[in-house]
Amino acid sequence: MKTLIRPALSLFILLSLITGLLYPLLVTAIGQVVFPAQAAGSLIDRDGRRLGSRLIGQNFTDPQYFWGRPSATSPYPDHAAASSGSNLGPLSPALQEAVKTRIEALRAADPGNAQPIPVDLVTASASGLDPHISPAAAAYQLPRVARARGLSPEAVSALVARHTEARQWGLFGEPRVHVLELNLALDALKTPSIQ
Amino acid sequence: MHAWLLLGLYLLVLMVLARPLGLYLAAVMEGRAVRAARIGGPIEAVIYRLCGVRPNEDMGWLSYTLALLLFNGLGLLAVYALQRVQLWLPLNPQQFDNVSPDSAFNTAVSFVTNTNWQGYGGETTMSYLTQMLALTVQNFLSAATGIAVVVALIRGFARRTATGIGNPWVDLTRITLYLLLPLSLLLAVVLISQGVIQNFAPYQEVTTLAVTHYDAPRLDADGQPLKDAQGNPVTEPATTQTQTLAMGPVASQEAIKMLGTNGGGFFNANSAHPYENPSPLTNFLEMVAMILIPAALCHTFGRMVGDSRQGWAVLAAMTALFLVGAIAVMSFEQHSNPLWTALGVDPSSGNMEGKEVRFGIAESGLFAALTTAASCGAVNAMHDSFTPLGGLVPLVMMQLGEVVYGGVGSGLYGMLVFAILAVFIAGLMIGRTPEYLGKKIEAYEMKMTSIAILVTPLLVLGGAAIAVLTDSGRAGILNPGAHGFSEILYAFTSAANNNGSAFAGLSANTPFYNVLLGIAMWLGRLAVIVPVLAMAGSLAAKKRLAETSGTLPTHGPLFVTLLIGVVLLVGLLNYVPALALGPVVEHFQLWAGH
Repeated sequence: MKTLIRPALSLFILLSLITGLLYPLLVTAIGQVVFPAQAAGSLIDRDGRRLGSRLIGQNFTDPQYFWGRPSATSPYPDHAAASSGSNLGPLSPALQEAVKTRIEALRAADPGNAQPIPVDLVTASASGLDPHISPAAAAYQLPRVARARGLSPEAVSALVARHTEARQWGLFGEPRVHVLELNLALDALKTPSIQ
Repeated sequence: MHAWLLLGLYLLVLMVLARPLGLYLAAVMEGRAVRAARIGGPIEAVIYRLCGVRPNEDMGWLSYTLALLLFNGLGLLAVYALQRVQLWLPLNPQQFDNVSPDSAFNTAVSFVTNTNWQGYGGETTMSYLTQMLALTVQNFLSAATGIAVVVALIRGFARRTATGIGNPWVDLTRITLYLLLPLSLLLAVVLISQGVIQNFAPYQEVTTLAVTHYDAPRLDADGQPLKDAQGNPVTEPATTQTQTLAMGPVASQEAIKMLGTNGGGFFNANSAHPYENPSPLTNFLEMVAMILIPAALCHTFGRMVGDSRQGWAVLAAMTALFLVGAIAVMSFEQHSNPLWTALGVDPSSGNMEGKEVRFGIAESGLFAALTTAASCGAVNAMHDSFTPLGGLVPLVMMQLGEVVYGGVGSGLYGMLVFAILAVFIAGLMIGRTPEYLGKKIEAYEMKMTSIAILVTPLLVLGGAAIAVLTDSGRAGILNPGAHGFSEILYAFTSAANNNGSAFAGLSANTPFYNVLLGIAMWLGRLAVIVPVLAMAGSLAAKKRLAETSGTLPTHGPLFVTLLIGVVLLVGLLNYVPALALGPVVEHFQLWAGH
């Protein structure tokens, strides 16, 4: 037993330093040199204002914006320093209540819309920070956004198409619409007409 | 269609990569010259000199076991201590407080045993230093420990009339330097290229495009949330236009988290968090990384016992069991919740509660099957919100004993224990002394096998029973009814099998769960490792019998079928009543009248 103590202790310390300090520092150094923007969080800066991250969803509830996935983070949605899903099970009364409230909000914002409601617009994402919605969820909201902004549905549809990503390499993931970038593009459309 | 194409592509990539890696690892573990030794060799020599290790010394099973226990014991102390004093240490830009004793104990056991169950939320609890020097380190060392144990067991089969099963210090060092570090470095850099963050910046404040209205909990003078007469929290309307983005050295931890089948997320949302798993490509890479080493080890096994067919047979049994689970969960999650369809929700896109759009149903389901087949426990979707039968699959994959690929090392030694049981049962049927790989399986091996196989169900069912019978156990439940029972069953299944995923609605960061689950994790690991190493010692001492016409071949379809049968029979039957009370009841409740 005694002969084991010295190797155990010193090997533990050495391997800790290698894997717990050297390795993360090396990865950080490579990241800062080769992919600095990604390593820093894919942040979006516009006109000297830090608007968010390309990868992190934001909360939208106004009719003139596309809404993203519902978020179960606490105390407010899309809280990016406290990621979380709802963890509510399929029979949970709280989940039924939440889905019902979200459907009512969608219907109140666009009473004439008779399309079936896309499931990703009424269910909370896993992280609470999902930056995407499905193309169906964008199509559902398109008439509302166009009307609220006084734009033609074709103009909005073209923007949606520009911010829709296909499957990565045609293989991985699902087609998806980037909500924050789409809304930024919508705001950029509006600015010239105001000036 | 896309889902099945993806599953096929996944298996293809995995199988293509696993074989060369497995053969490489065999060379590393047999001490043969490998290319990485050109850089690693001098480092290795310095390490041995500083540690007073004689690399040629061979140890018996008892010394080998004591060495690993001592090494892991030190890990336990270090992880506990770092959490308890993190406020006073550097690299804590958010000034996170020292972690409570019960939570620090739970997390220490969790990371040392390769479980990586998380009672805490990463981005709200742990300093960057704790994440690196406590948690990342154990991601490496617990993985290296698992691999060392299985390599020792393989040596037991490969050696004849030997007293030693290897040198634990050399094994740990070589596995870390030549396998885990290079692979992690490579994966970490690729992950960063896709958007996984890697920095030491404080959390970033950004001004969001729109204003968020929400109900803020009202706090009393001590900062505690106020409650009304019914016990509901008192809230007041509030607005914010600020979003705080959590930062940190994520990529370096993410890479080894997947490669070492650890599964402990840097963030609370784990691999669902866009900063841990930003794109479908990273998701695919993380899924490959999860099974890569467990699959490769099957080939390492084949090579080291001198018959590569033996490795293929074990890998075939694992893959067959995995395919059933993967296809099941991917199909079940395509079903929409009938209660939502009644409210006007489009039923065609499946169950998206607790899932991310970029992964969709197929890749969330596949990830869930993989993470519970391997004892990884990382999640890219919230299992608690799965359909009842979709949630049953991850439970079953763990309850099989984490031998369907399983954790790095632990999956293969678990499966080899089942293989020994399989030849024993076959031996009883045909009336011959059972043997495996030319080694006679006798009473001593069967005792060790029985301990290794029976301890986990005992911990799972015993622990769940205690929790269900006590107020502090039931207090943690989030979802009412049968699902609440499933949350508890899942927690103990995950802990005792060293998986680490959760039906995360369970509030498990309480002294009750922290202590009980901590014990389950510790015993679930040790009570398998010690008998396995004891068996390694006893097998190494035996002669290798020549193959005769009466020997049961252990590489053909017959043996693969027998092995699968034993895993299902022994692994699963223990849990059927518990499963019936949880997910099965819930399934019938959900679909009643639809």
